Amino acid sequence: MFAHEFFRNAFLAGTFIALACGLVGYFVVLRAQVFAGDALSHVAFTGALAAAAAGIDTRIGLFAATIAVALVLGGVGERASADDVTIGIVFAWILGLGVFFLALFSMGSGGGNGLLGARALFGSIFGLSTADARLAAVIGVAIVAAILAIARPLLFASVDPGVAAVRGVPVRALGLTFLALLGATAGEATQAVGALLLLGLLAAPAGAAHRLTANPYLALGLSAALAVTAMWLGLAISYTVPSLPPSTAVIGVATAIYLLAFLLRASTRMQALPSARQDPAHRLAGN
Amino acid sequence: MLITSALAAAGPSLDPISDLEQLTAYPFMVNALQAGTIVAVMAGVVGWFMVLRRQTFAGHTLSLMAFPGATAALLIGLSAAAGYFVFSGLAALIIGTAAGARRRRNLGQESAITGAVQAFGLACGFLFLSLYQGVLANYESLLFGSFLGITRGQVLALALVAAVTLGLLAIVGRPLLFASVDEDVAQARGVPTRVLGIGFLLLLGLAVAETAQITGALLVFALLVAPAATAQIITPRIGLGLVLSVVLGVLITWAGLALAYFYDYPVGFYVTTVAFVVYVVARLARTLAERPTLLRGRVRRAEASA
Repeated sequence: MFAHEFFRNAFLAGTFIALACGLVGYFVVLRAQVFAGDALSHVAFTGALAAAAAGIDTRIGLFAATIAVALVLGGVGERASADDVTIGIVFAWILGLGVFFLALFSMGSGGGNGLLGARALFGSIFGLSTADARLAAVIGVAIVAAILAIARPLLFASVDPGVAAVRGVPVRALGLTFLALLGATAGEATQAVGALLLLGLLAAPAGAAHRLTANPYLALGLSAALAVTAMWLGLAISYTVPSLPPSTAVIGVATAIYLLAFLLRASTRMQALPSARQDPAHRLAGN
Repeated sequence: MLITSALAAAGPSLDPISDLEQLTAYPFMVNALQAGTIVAVMAGVVGWFMVLRRQTFAGHTLSLMAFPGATAALLIGLSAAAGYFVFSGLAALIIGTAAGARRRRNLGQESAITGAVQAFGLACGFLFLSLYQGVLANYESLLFGSFLGITRGQVLALALVAAVTLGLLAIVGRPLLFASVDEDVAQARGVPTRVLGIGFLLLLGLAVAETAQITGALLVFALLVAPAATAQIITPRIGLGLVLSVVLGVLITWAGLALAYFYDYPVGFYVTTVAFVVYVVARLARTLAERPTLLRGRVRRAEASA
């Protein structure tokens, strides 16, 4: 596997992208901002196409669009945490703009160029060049470092914003910083798994970690580990079964991990409350 | 899109009557306007409940099931709409049952489940597409909508689905409203909130599957969220809000279709842009009307509708 250049590149970029997604994803689920992550990933599509229509590097468009929209969403919402109606409306419009740029780009290049649109939507991790992969890895490391640096206060601010604010934690600034990081992660991961699929990498490992342990630091580490596992397994599966696109394999493994965690948790809860199963009245009281 | 603009080579004039004549001169455009109106009415009503229940994310996820639905249908040779309804119904069931497993709605957990369902559905779609080994030629119109080539039969089918959805919603409307506004009290009064929650998601699935045929899977929000959210900003009253939501939806659709007819860009772009502008104007007007922020307005709105 590693004899191939394209696979080494995918492995390098994928590992750091997954690491960033796992860490950021933990906070996304903790702060109930999965929908914001979803919206930002779709915004990445518009960013890529706007850059293509303007004739500049798509990555500049990706990051500019996701980070800018993240800040707008955070700025409009209360306590810098964007409510779902605002997200829905803003991102529907941004996607509409994306369609506009797609039309513009297709006309500019003589029509019929849907390839770029498809790449932005579904990703192309096996198509990364060595330089692309190195850059993706560097950005991934920067995101990981930033999220670890603010992890402690962010955790406090996410779990109990009121108390955190009283203790002098800058809740609003943290919320905005976090959304900007989420935007950067969305831009980063779009290169690998595409704008439509990156939510799986963001939400599934983190959701599984949340179900498996209540200890925040353990869950944070677990989330990152699960995301990287999903990425590695997905890449390997996709390499062995060439008809399976890498994005599908990665997201499939991530969803399977979430499903396992869901079932594991459900079965342990059943065992923990043996009497509750027999007595409905007791179950109501216990809950 | 290029064909349409060639047909409307003259472009809009200042005379609204001749514009209207131009718009309705071709049967395909009449079909598109009728289909758009049906979809806008239904989306306005269902969207109003969706915004009230804060289930925009679930709505978006259900709408994305267009992708696996259409590709699965392609793979086994069915019509895209059939695959669409099946997948969005399945996703609605999964989200509804998994999220309703607890006694109360837990928004954080619900959104994590929704996210996982969405990612998995899309991954399935991509898998079906690669199994098919062909090219999904119209993936852009699947995701971003198209108003060309809507047939009479499709208009009738849309009307039928809309009638069924609205009829069901009229039956469960009152208890659903109760359950949406105050779940605990509704539960104490014996309202089956969990069943209602799942039932509503199924209706939502029907509605998005239908809306997406005009706006495309990615842009259903323009018609589902924007009119409803604008209506809820303007009025806290239930009946008036529903009517306003429907009217706004219909106007947005007409404006979007007319713009797409006269000018050379995709209909999805125009519909989303008009919807966005309407929402922003309403929100700014509201902010200006009452100095205290929107937060207080929302609390009052919830009290009023309870």
